[in-house]
Order: sequence, then structure tokens, then C-alpha cells
Amino acid sequence: MGLFDLFRQDRKKNTAKAAKERLQILIAHEHAMGAGGHKGPDYLPKLREEIIAVIRKYVSVSDNDVNFQVEKGDDFDMLELNITLPDSK
Amino acid sequence: MSKVIVVTSGKGGVGKTTSSAAIATGLAEKGNKTAVIDFDVGLRNLDLIMGVERRVVYDFVNVINGEATLKQALIKDKRVDNLFILPASQTRDKDALSQEGVESVIEELKADGFDYIVCDSPAGIEKGAFMALYFADEAIVVTNPEVSSVRDSDRILGILQSRSKAAERGDTVKEHLLVTRYSPERVEGGDMLSVDDIVEILSIPLLGVIPESGSVLQASNSGQPVILDKASTAGMAYSDAIDRFLGEDIPHRFMDIEKKGFFKKLFG
Repeated sequence: MGLFDLFRQDRKKNTAKAAKERLQILIAHEHAMGAGGHKGPDYLPKLREEIIAVIRKYVSVSDNDVNFQVEKGDDFDMLELNITLPDSK
Repeated sequence: MSKVIVVTSGKGGVGKTTSSAAIATGLAEKGNKTAVIDFDVGLRNLDLIMGVERRVVYDFVNVINGEATLKQALIKDKRVDNLFILPASQTRDKDALSQEGVESVIEELKADGFDYIVCDSPAGIEKGAFMALYFADEAIVVTNPEVSSVRDSDRILGILQSRSKAAERGDTVKEHLLVTRYSPERVEGGDMLSVDDIVEILSIPLLGVIPESGSVLQASNSGQPVILDKASTAGMAYSDAIDRFLGEDIPHRFMDIEKKGFFKKLFG
């Protein structure tokens, strides 16, 4: 960074960090959905559907509020389930 | 033992053909009998990058259709021994590449004693890209430090892992990451994904990092594979990548900003 950069109005923020976060979320989602050639377990879409149905018995959530990820470990695969609950008032 | 290497990326314009030309040339320079095949039927370009565009008589599809022998179609490079180029045809028929046809050409190259068969994939995930990767033993995935390129590389990796011939018989294609058009300055400034970020997201081993360099354009302008430009950073980075591919343990270069002098620092 040069001296004159200090006086520039629009010092940019770190967009690379945003890029990395967006990619990590997107790619985990695409893997879980079996996009491209990535195959999650065959039962996954059905499992996701049924879990959402169960949650909806109790709270109202949209499809986007439920985030499924399968992470491949060396010894085991992990299913991560993130549910964003609506604000309770 | 012959090895089939696919150079692929999903996304277009990231440097597949530049990399294919450099990799094939580098492997041949090391004494390996190498063929590089252009799978981009309809949009032939490897011939230009290799500087042999005026020597094309027969092409890949001619060989598949039996209109020419493989020997007639292979163009022998005049700069590097052991290097041969098989150009793509300019036919508009996308189904010209049959699986049996591609297999027979690859088998014939293997029988002819080729050590490496480098398959330059077209962009996309259509038939040409699929044919280029189907017979691969190893894959070099070319990625730019940019979101759409990383995402497309991930999808190509998925296809390699599920739909290649190796995957069908329960084997794996050995994967290598080649990051191209890398700019350490922009990474430092926070507006470019770092190599570490890309490796973390794609989780495949890093083969090389090719810095953004004017010499790549100069090389393509003059039809010289950039790896032959021994003074350029991009050329040296490709040479390092070849050494690593052949099993040497070489540290990565050109990933940090060159030190600037005091005045350059002050006035940016």
C-alpha cells in the first residue's frame, strides 16, 4: 500500500473473505444435494424432506431455514443439520 | 506404463489449453514420450498455442473415423523431442467423439510407447469434457482464484469421482490442483482468494501456482508453450509443477509479493 492510498476515500474491504465463506456454504450445499457428480448418500433427499416435515409440526420454517451438510472425514462422515428457527415473540 | 492425464476445469478461459501445452512440453523435455490431444471439437485452439496451426493436415476425428491413421495425424513438435500434438477437428458435429473411438486412439498411443497422453478438455460438462476425462488416470484441475472457477472445479471433481472409467471400476483418479493467474498483491490486498483458501475448499493436493504474467500472452501470441520461456515467472512455475508431478519435492515460488523499493512503497 502506498502513502497516497491512505487518503483514498473508498478503502476496500476484504472481499476475498466473503468469497471464501460463500463458496464454503455453496459447495457444502451442492455436495449434500448431489449436484454435479457429487453423490451424497441416496437416502439424503428423502431424509431431508422428512426431517423438515417433522420440524414443521412444531414450528414454521421455510426450506431455506434448514441447512443440510455431509462432511467427509477420514474415518467417518458427519451429517450436519442447521435449523434457523423463526423469532419467537 | 502409459499414463492418461486430463487437464480440466469446468469453467472456460482459466488456462486449460495454455496449461496443457506447457505440461505436455515440460513432460517431453524431461525425456517422456508425450502426446497432447485437443478434445475441443469445433473450437480447435491447442494447435495455435503450440504454434503448429499451419501443419494440421488430419485431426482427431479423422483418426476416429478411419479417414487417416494416427501416425498421419500426429504432429511432431520441432522444438522438443518426444512431443506430439493431435489437433481437434473443426467439425460442428458434437457427437464426433465416440467413446469407442476415443478409447481406440488412446490404446493405440499406449501401444506406441507413449509415456504420457495429455487430454486438453473443452470447457463445460458436455460430451467433449466428459470424453476428455473418462479415460484419465490423473487429473490436473486448473482453477483461477475466483468464485465461479472454484465452484466449477468442484463440480468437475465430482464428475471425476463418480463418472470416470476409474470411478466405474472402483478406482480413483489422482487429482492435482493447478492455480493459474495468481496475483499475490491482490491476495494481500484482500480481494483475491488465496491458494490456501482454494486448497481448503477443494481439498485436493496442490501441484502448482502459476502467477499472472504477461509472458503467457506473449507466449500464445508467438505459438510457444510458455514453459519454454525459461526467464518468465509463469514458465518457471510450470517447470516446478512438472518436477512435482514427476515426484520431486520442490517448494512453491511466486506466491509472495516481490519486495518493493522504498520509493515504490511510498508512491505505490
